[in-house]
Amino acid sequence: MKLQYEIQGGDFSAAGRASSEVKKTLKQLNISPQVIRKISVALYEAEVNVVAHAFKGDMKVDINPDRIFVKIEDEGPGIKDIAKAMEEGFSTATDEVRQMGFGAGMGLPNIKRNTDEMRLTSVMGEGTTLEMMVKF
Amino acid sequence: MNLHKINELVKGTILQECNPVHSYTHSFASDLMSDVLRFHMENSILVTGLCTVQAIRTAEMSNISCIIFARDKKVSAEMLELACENHISIIATPTSLFEIVGLLYTNGIKPVYE
Repeated sequence: MKLQYEIQGGDFSAAGRASSEVKKTLKQLNISPQVIRKISVALYEAEVNVVAHAFKGDMKVDINPDRIFVKIEDEGPGIKDIAKAMEEGFSTATDEVRQMGFGAGMGLPNIKRNTDEMRLTSVMGEGTTLEMMVKF
Repeated sequence: MNLHKINELVKGTILQECNPVHSYTHSFASDLMSDVLRFHMENSILVTGLCTVQAIRTAEMSNISCIIFARDKKVSAEMLELACENHISIIATPTSLFEIVGLLYTNGIKPVYE
């Protein structure tokens, strides 16, 4: 099953809608609540990252019988130093993002913790691509 | 501890009632949503002063079904609608976050992070 969602940069009230839709779909497929929680947290953190840092993004979800693949591509400033961005506590978030309860440099580590595979690539001035996989 | 007992303890108002017989055993207090997303939150109450749609979304993703908003924060209609859609109970109280967690702890609710 393939799903696709657009994510609008800066639209904080809508942040989480795509993740919520995926979570509802996974519930209908009778996947264990623990696995659904892991996927939901990873998706939500990734969606908030796009809203917080990019102009717009695109979430592609591919649900297989034994695993889920997700690819999130955004158009935005990109990440200068990916290794640094993966460090817990490092963040370039604005005050607006912090007021929403994010931007403490925990998003990417949270994604890593909740996925079986995670790949982050970025081109400065163009955008960032995040690919992740979780086994059911 | 069920929703009505929790509400009575924190001197709150139930703005959205879902799962009234559910027994909550743990609680986590934070205004940082990424921190909330780090832990397993089943059977837990989220206590927060962050009164935004993202607090509800965070609860949804973490399988949290009860949120207490501290310090008389105003919960918007959009937040209540989202909470209802996701079966999340909402309590609002003028009590401070510090006092809420003290009340819950002394009445047997355990911390999520030990």
